[in-house]
Amino acid sequence: MEAQAVVTGYGEVDILHGVSLRVEREEMVAVIGPNGAGKSTLLKAIFGLLPVRSGEVFLKGEDVTNKRPDQVVVRGLSYVPQVDNVFPSLTILENLQMGAFVRRDGVREKLDQVFALFPDLVGRRSELARRLSGGQRQMLALARALMLDPDVLLLDEPSASLSPKMAGMIFERIATINGSGTAVLLVEQNARQALSLCNRGYVLATGMNRLDGQARGLLENPDVGRLYLGA
Amino acid sequence: MAAGVIGAWGLWALIGALFIWAAVDERQLFVIGLIVGSVLALGAIGLTLIYGILRFGNFAHGDTMMLGAYVAFFFLTGLVKEERRDTSIGFGLGDLPGATDRLGDLSFGYGFLLAAAGAAIVLIAFSVGLDRLVYRKLRQRKSSIVVFSTAAIGVAFALRAVLLIIWGPEPRTYFAGITPKNEYPFDILLKTNEIFTFLVAVGSAAVVYVILFRTKLGKSMRAYSDNPELALVSGINTDRVITWTWVIGGVLLAVAGVLLALQANLKPELGFELLLPLFAAAILGGLGKPQGAFVGALVVGVCQEVSVAYFSAGYKPAVAFVILILILLIRPRGLFGSST
Repeated sequence: MEAQAVVTGYGEVDILHGVSLRVEREEMVAVIGPNGAGKSTLLKAIFGLLPVRSGEVFLKGEDVTNKRPDQVVVRGLSYVPQVDNVFPSLTILENLQMGAFVRRDGVREKLDQVFALFPDLVGRRSELARRLSGGQRQMLALARALMLDPDVLLLDEPSASLSPKMAGMIFERIATINGSGTAVLLVEQNARQALSLCNRGYVLATGMNRLDGQARGLLENPDVGRLYLGA
Repeated sequence: MAAGVIGAWGLWALIGALFIWAAVDERQLFVIGLIVGSVLALGAIGLTLIYGILRFGNFAHGDTMMLGAYVAFFFLTGLVKEERRDTSIGFGLGDLPGATDRLGDLSFGYGFLLAAAGAAIVLIAFSVGLDRLVYRKLRQRKSSIVVFSTAAIGVAFALRAVLLIIWGPEPRTYFAGITPKNEYPFDILLKTNEIFTFLVAVGSAAVVYVILFRTKLGKSMRAYSDNPELALVSGINTDRVITWTWVIGGVLLAVAGVLLALQANLKPELGFELLLPLFAAAILGGLGKPQGAFVGALVVGVCQEVSVAYFSAGYKPAVAFVILILILLIRPRGLFGSST
């Protein structure tokens, strides 16, 4: 997946002024940066939730710029929003069925797979999603996004509002998902943890690319450390 | 009184106490109230579905219901108003051989059922067409809920005027003549029409329940109502969800309108009068929650009918209004409404 010089924003205002990044097959890439850098906005623009005013988005070589979300999702991209990422008045099972909405077959097998990945959800499959704890909700949100076997998973701050312990567990699952062949684009405030998990990273600031490179390099970069890692 | 002073359980307990008291003290009126409530429920379910999916109060709901009832009248009798006189277009389904022969103790024959089915088809076309013509444009402009509801009020006025132009202001009935009341256990007197009405209404509500909770389409409608953006992100087709909402709402309105007109006289302003009980029922149940609208409508129906034992029947709309005010005071979220 690749985004080239993406410009987007809300209303009249541009938030991103030409951001580029790429995610290779099976790769795990972090996007970090301060509040208001445009990290979440970037994911929304890639996924067709915000209009791309200039620039292009490619998925597996195909131009998907400004395609509607339901057209993007069938091409192998899945997205987990930061908040409101489950259907609260649907059961856990129904949430997952909705994740597989455009899937024609193999729903049952896929359900077994995601329940194996998130065993906490198995026993609660007929409970309403609103009854879940924050961590369980996040697991359900991840599980929902996996129902279509995406090639690339876009995650918007999966650790936000979770306890450190729960956040660690979620990151562990994300690493497992990536290990089984799904590329991940991870937007995070929690920069140190995100970088230590990823192959590469991008640093955004005020809607522009600031730095990029191997995750290890970024972790050791004194500028990054001073600005974003609280070192 | 502060808003939301009692929980859902408190409200259920209140309703339970009310129903037990009504069932013991005013048996006959209680049963009639359930029948009236079951018809209201069809309207209230449609209203709440449209609110849940499209996020606006459809003030044209009552008048659309009347459109359904009048269209069935037209299919049955072929009558329209022309130059202030009833004129027949020459054919109605009632003219088919044996179409008005009464089915058992019911007041109607198979012609009426065909006319009702025809009305349902017309209302589907009307509702989906209206969405394309009016509401879709407002969605594309991302209009606010106020603009949507104002547009719906405009549709309501226009519809009522059209009904007046085509069929005139005088009350209409599907069938003249009287049908006997039969005696049932606990000294309850009911016409077979009333039992038919109740069964059809509850059956239709059950079908909607199965659609919403057991089919993929229904689940996607509930998902969309819960979180439209996540539904979009999951690949759920928004246009299809909205179209089906109008289809289901249209069928329910046709059935409700026809059943209502079977009990009472049909007149153009009845739809507007129904708006209050419909909204009271939907809000009592929790806006956007079809199962809530069903319970809410039964409560409104029972309260309205039982009130006749104490006040003049002319106060029925006031009863709905009082329920609406009370629920907004003590639990604005209603029975099934959630805080999130």
